[in-house]
Amino acid sequence: MAQNEKVLMKGNEAIAESAIRAGCRFFFGYPITPQTELAAYMSKRMPKVEGTYLQAESEVAAINMVYGAAAAGARVMTSSSSPGISLKSEGVSYIAGADLPCLIVNIERGGPGLGSIQPSQSDYWQATRALGHGDYHMVVYAPATVQEMADLSYKAFDVADKYRTPVMILGDGMLGQMMEPVSLPEPRTELPEKPWATTGHRGQREHNVANSLYLSAEELERTNFERFERYDIIKREEALSEEVDCDDADIIVVAFGASSRIARSAVKEARKQGIKAGLFRPITLWPFPVEALAATVGHAKAYLTVEMNMGQMVEDVRLVVEGRAPVEFYGRTGGVIPTPDEVLEQIRAIDERLGE
Amino acid sequence: MEELRVVFAGFGGQGLLFAGKVVANAGLIDGREVSWLPSYGPEMRGGTANCSVTLSDEPIGSPLIMNPNVLVAMNQPSLVKFEEAVVPGAKVFADTSLVNRLPQREDIEVFAHPATELAEDAGLKGLANIVLVGKVLKETALCSRETMEAAIRKAVPARKAQMVENNLQALELGFNL
Repeated sequence: MAQNEKVLMKGNEAIAESAIRAGCRFFFGYPITPQTELAAYMSKRMPKVEGTYLQAESEVAAINMVYGAAAAGARVMTSSSSPGISLKSEGVSYIAGADLPCLIVNIERGGPGLGSIQPSQSDYWQATRALGHGDYHMVVYAPATVQEMADLSYKAFDVADKYRTPVMILGDGMLGQMMEPVSLPEPRTELPEKPWATTGHRGQREHNVANSLYLSAEELERTNFERFERYDIIKREEALSEEVDCDDADIIVVAFGASSRIARSAVKEARKQGIKAGLFRPITLWPFPVEALAATVGHAKAYLTVEMNMGQMVEDVRLVVEGRAPVEFYGRTGGVIPTPDEVLEQIRAIDERLGE
Repeated sequence: MEELRVVFAGFGGQGLLFAGKVVANAGLIDGREVSWLPSYGPEMRGGTANCSVTLSDEPIGSPLIMNPNVLVAMNQPSLVKFEEAVVPGAKVFADTSLVNRLPQREDIEVFAHPATELAEDAGLKGLANIVLVGKVLKETALCSRETMEAAIRKAVPARKAQMVENNLQALELGFNL
């Protein structure tokens, strides 16, 4: 990707600008803290690129507008924060069932319910296990910097089109609100062909259908089988992760997004104190980077997952580690952000237990 | 260079987030790692507001500053809130137009100036924030004068370009305190 001059931007704004550069010309949303800057940015920018910004009457309306624009072959997105994403879940299931590409951004806040407006990661299960009913997955990216928010939003549209699937950017209030220097990607000049799109053709071809209703059980089963074959390819091709000092680590801290930044500081400090700690950071939450994490299982003596929730990703870590090493958890929830000192204390406690 | 962890704290409307943005832009111009994080919670609605700005030569972990080495306090509750959190040796800048009780700690340096009144007297109403940035610039190794002036030009939005000159004057005023 070309390196353009760095500018200071909020994570929310970087996602918006990057999406426009990826060719997104339709944004349908509804305001909610801490995501609102994204919609506000779109409301200013979309008219200037001959795109459409529409504040819908509700989240349910917004996601169904996304459904329509995606069916017509447009690059389209919506964004919200936790409670708003729950409202969109029915529509996301329809979009997945109709095999349509789109981007959904969740800038998480504390839950459950209306919760708080502070940063949280408590929608991990919702994002990775299925946002909405039925047999389906979405690709879920978990950026940890404003630069990654830009880069992954840009990439998300390509991945969505390639596999005909909704893709989610899972951020949180901290990443959405913070500013960092960011180098924005070059605007796309060519977009992939979408021969399946439900565009007008004046009777020149067989008509295309975007639909998730199948009255025949066998036919629906066939579409689900086909979709899961695509998921197998996604699992093989699209998993992403980052490792910091994992090669010789006794204790590997597993963390994503905002909490990975805090874990990174703690791991660095632990190394200074002579503890062999490392950081494993999943960048895709689905597909979970199973192979990369499994490769550390031989030498790591213990794992610690750090999350801004009551312990959700820890289950995926345990599925990979399969009982071959202890997997512990530390989290803060409700919108409280853990401190590097708290995480360091956990690492030190595990180190002491390993020494016994 | 030393990592700078600056917290600007005060009432909403005093330009704390903007002051933070100016410092963040200075870091950007100098090619350093930068993070800027505002408080956006319920405190934004009428109470205290603050923002965390980190300038570093290494990738920044948490953008939320727990232990500032520079604190700019523009009201009494903010000073009370962060007084204990600052590290020994920290530099604390207090706007004594709104702060009447200064920290008692002896392991920190306190710079006390009635920035709000000074700004008003100089015809720069509402620019106490930048007056204090000027003082911070003088007392810390934040960046050069030229960098800070360029940062102000960058941080002032195009639609308010006429404000650049006043901001530069406020910076000058603070620098000469």
